Amino acid sequence: MFALLILLFPLLITLAILIRGGERVSRIALVGSIFELILVCNNGFQKFYGDASKLEMNVPWIPGLGINFHIGLDGLSLLLVFLTALLYPFIVRASINPQSPIRNPKSFYALMMLMQFALIGVFMARDAFLFYVFYELALIPIYFMCAFWGGERSIPITLKFFIYTLAGSLFMLIAILYLYFKTPAPHTFDITAFYNLSLTATEQSWLFWGFFLAFAIKIPIWPFHTWQPDTYTVSPVAGTMLLAGIMLKMGIYGLMRFVVPIVPEGIAQWGNFAMILCIIGIIYASLIALRQNDLKRLIAYSSIAHVGLMAAGVLTVNASGLQGAAIQMLNHGINVVAMFFMIDLIEQRYGTRNMNELSGIAAQMKRFSWLFVIVMLGSVGLPLTNGFIGEFLLLNGLYQHNAWYAAAAGLTIIFGAAYMLRLYRNVFLGEKSNFNNESGDVKGWETRILVAFSLLIILIGVYPLPWLELTSNSMQELIQYFSQQATAASL
Amino acid sequence: MNLSGVLIPFVPLLGFIINGLGFPKVSKRWAAWIGCGSVFISFLIASVLFIQSLTGSFESTTISLFDWIVAGNINVGFSFFIDHLTLIMLMIVTGVGFLIHVYSVGYMHDDEGFGKFFSYMNLFIFFMLVLVMGANFVMMFIGWEGVGLCSYLLIGFWWKNREYSAAANKAFIMNRIGDLGFILGIFLMFITFGSSDFDKVFAGSSAFATNDHVMVAITLLLFIGAIGKSAQIPLYTWLPDAMAGPTPVSALIHAATMVTAGVYMVARSNILYSIAPISLEVVTVVGLATAVLSALIAITQSDIKKVLAYSTVSQLGYMFVAEGSSAYSSGIFHLMTHAFFKALLFLGAGSVIHALHHEQNLRKMGGLRKLLPVTFITMFAATLAISGFPPFAGFFSKDEILVATYEKSPAVFWILAATSVLTAAYMFRLLFLTFYGEYRGGHHQHEHIHESPRVMTVPLMILAVLSTLGGFLGLPALFGDTHWLSHYLEPVFAANTRLTEHSESSLLEIMIVVLTVIVIAVIWWWCNEKYVKKKVAPAIVEDQLPLWYKLSYNKFYVDEIYDRVIIKPLEWMGDFFYGKFEANVIDGAVNGLGRMTVWLSGQLRKIQTGNIGFYVLSMVIGIVLLLIYGLSKMNLF
Repeated sequence: MFALLILLFPLLITLAILIRGGERVSRIALVGSIFELILVCNNGFQKFYGDASKLEMNVPWIPGLGINFHIGLDGLSLLLVFLTALLYPFIVRASINPQSPIRNPKSFYALMMLMQFALIGVFMARDAFLFYVFYELALIPIYFMCAFWGGERSIPITLKFFIYTLAGSLFMLIAILYLYFKTPAPHTFDITAFYNLSLTATEQSWLFWGFFLAFAIKIPIWPFHTWQPDTYTVSPVAGTMLLAGIMLKMGIYGLMRFVVPIVPEGIAQWGNFAMILCIIGIIYASLIALRQNDLKRLIAYSSIAHVGLMAAGVLTVNASGLQGAAIQMLNHGINVVAMFFMIDLIEQRYGTRNMNELSGIAAQMKRFSWLFVIVMLGSVGLPLTNGFIGEFLLLNGLYQHNAWYAAAAGLTIIFGAAYMLRLYRNVFLGEKSNFNNESGDVKGWETRILVAFSLLIILIGVYPLPWLELTSNSMQELIQYFSQQATAASL
Repeated sequence: MNLSGVLIPFVPLLGFIINGLGFPKVSKRWAAWIGCGSVFISFLIASVLFIQSLTGSFESTTISLFDWIVAGNINVGFSFFIDHLTLIMLMIVTGVGFLIHVYSVGYMHDDEGFGKFFSYMNLFIFFMLVLVMGANFVMMFIGWEGVGLCSYLLIGFWWKNREYSAAANKAFIMNRIGDLGFILGIFLMFITFGSSDFDKVFAGSSAFATNDHVMVAITLLLFIGAIGKSAQIPLYTWLPDAMAGPTPVSALIHAATMVTAGVYMVARSNILYSIAPISLEVVTVVGLATAVLSALIAITQSDIKKVLAYSTVSQLGYMFVAEGSSAYSSGIFHLMTHAFFKALLFLGAGSVIHALHHEQNLRKMGGLRKLLPVTFITMFAATLAISGFPPFAGFFSKDEILVATYEKSPAVFWILAATSVLTAAYMFRLLFLTFYGEYRGGHHQHEHIHESPRVMTVPLMILAVLSTLGGFLGLPALFGDTHWLSHYLEPVFAANTRLTEHSESSLLEIMIVVLTVIVIAVIWWWCNEKYVKKKVAPAIVEDQLPLWYKLSYNKFYVDEIYDRVIIKPLEWMGDFFYGKFEANVIDGAVNGLGRMTVWLSGQLRKIQTGNIGFYVLSMVIGIVLLLIYGLSKMNLF
């Protein structure tokens, strides 16, 4: 029941927004998302460490087809549900800007909360059909948000994004259906049932690509990434935050939940190939990020590099790589949302996010430039910030798999510093730019949001243990299924 | 005792937090007290431990605070470790660090970022202490990257200047190249030993044969880290640029402490290196090449801080040569004496720069001997020390390194000895150009030159005493075998102690003493001829220079080569990927799909009304209906 409450509450808020309407809907969304966070913290974590069985719920939904309404919260799901719930209040608050109020707020916030419902659904679903429904459902609100509230050329760009991801998930649907028919009659969509199937190496090989294509596009992994920079750039800030902060984690999560335990033989065959794609992406995207002048686009490309490392870590299927990917999902979510938020603040104040037009804004925004440094350090993975923990575990996992992969992927340490410091130097340092900034330094709620993010970055970096422990059992289970399946396939 | 040891790094951290959050509200007076006081408290605690270690009531301890990273094969404790080597480093970092903090009170007095400066400096001390106190390699890495951050912040302290911030970026990025090697070495350690704790790693290494591939790989990867942090070939070019920072920063970070981290790390890992003699040879060769190359560059530079920067690079090379010859305690000995005299040289240079209102060009100095007497005398002592003039500090440590290398390879010895001559040459050139002859700046300025305030000169004097007498901590065999330092460090380098107890080295030492005195006398005479009698100033017109001078003056064009060979191609690749590959190749393939998309969307458009509210509403209704259908099966209603 607690699980259901966590899942349904955002939907309730959506309904409230649609019924209530008016200009104050953003407040409903904000308060609602804060309540959701409290629910997750209070009920979710309490039950997780107490009576974890209360976090699972399994009832027949469409029994004729073997579809169950099966949701649950293990450590991995809880981590991502927490991430979603944690980021939502920030994202909602960041979208509220009295200077440029959002058109048609009722629809916007309804979509946003519907999106939260779908995201949490994705992370909680234990039934593949349910998972697929939520996975697709999440695409619809974000598409509308980006297309209709986005910037120039937003409609064709987001349409490309929409179709691209939709096409990817069709492959996943085929894979899921195939697995469904492999289950003993009466067939079931239950994911755990999939874990116990015995599949031939050839089957696994095809299934690997079915799932991998869907998730690779979503994450995105090179060379399936071309929708991403444009979409991130034209989307309204809340949309970019949702996409980069939470939505792409659906892909990483999918790799963990489906690919690792179900098709280990597929990973044995294609894992190296996929990892090399990830690593190419890390270097490729970093080099592009080094040459970008549009701040949003720069962070978009840097995000491709970061998520490539996470995906590669998952595919190593060792504890370090998986745990690193798990905690890095949390870290990346925090850091990238903070980063896009700050870029939005710059754009609001200076009317541009072109690096060449900005200069020396540290003179006008001292507090802001400090907070930016902290987030930047988190994103370049300096020790004692959150980014380091993830990067360290991920690279270590890769090293265990193949030292050369780790060395190549490790270039992100160097390039990451190079493009972030270039950004910082061009935008913040030097003589003051000609642009006027009437709002001055960050203040009030802006400061509070950024301070909260900065504290999270440092706290997780100094004491990451609770987060590592949260996911360690789930990851051990994945590894168990992986090796059990691998031995089954080899027999 | 346990608890007080932990306090050593955290007191400066507290200073950082107070001065950092308080800036600019905290007054300069308070900022100075907090900044210097916190380092002084650390110094006091370290001194207590140090005295305990002398009286024998001290044992090496590990203090674990909490588990930091636990996942898979990784298990890292947030732990500190204090042994004799750590104590020596603690004394250097907090002692020299404190003196430089005090000096900065005078040097930075008129700077608007005064409090900020002290907060950065305290943060640096914190990370440096974590670096030398870490009980495992990951803790060391925290300090390692942390000092890199502080170095970045302090090089770019005057952030409105774009060149300075470029130098800061360069330092950070080049350090990160080394850091990648370091961290890969740590990963290999976890695979090999299942831990990165010093005790486990060193104990586990005994199972390996000499020059085992894994041990060679670990030591070489760690050494890549040392190359970056300690500015050795090929990653040394950031250090001269780092002189953009305020001079106390150059003294503290880029001479006395941070850049010696690589030397400390190799010494700390001496057990690993001894199993991998191949790596030791690499260390020797890199150190030697760096010592020679940077000394050759130093001899023609006209910026006083650049001369000292290249000199630092060169001296760090010395330390690595010592370690490469398994003379670890000699490496640490030179690290210590170098911290004294190089900090002094930089602070002295800072005093000169301060007096001349930020003039750093040797061309525009000269004749300052009378005007800045304290600065002159202290710098003179430091020059004698770095040149290895007996009995100044540098003599003993250099002498020890030379003897150690001679035993290993006479070729290395002779090259290193020749470099020593170069060292004396560029240092006396600097001394003469600055203090002798006539003043070459404007007359107007001349009248305003006066000695620095007491707060700056007292640290100079203390460091001068240390530079003069510091060498007696390691008296060589020649003067009766009382080498205190190498005995003190014996527990750390037990397997590799290389005391200068060999009697055959006495002759060599006498030879070195005599040669050094003669060489310095000759250089003195030569400098006097050239810079006082002929009044030669460093060149500025490049066309008239001889080739060797031009090469040296332009730093052998290494920066330009890096730019052409590495940076430009990477930038070109970034542009190519973005401009060509991304649009034409990848998206070209996707466009096939795109065209289909357009067609599809044309079909879909027919059923769209364009009212988003309607879409959302119908979607939500659909979901709710589905849910109700599902929930009705559960008998909940």
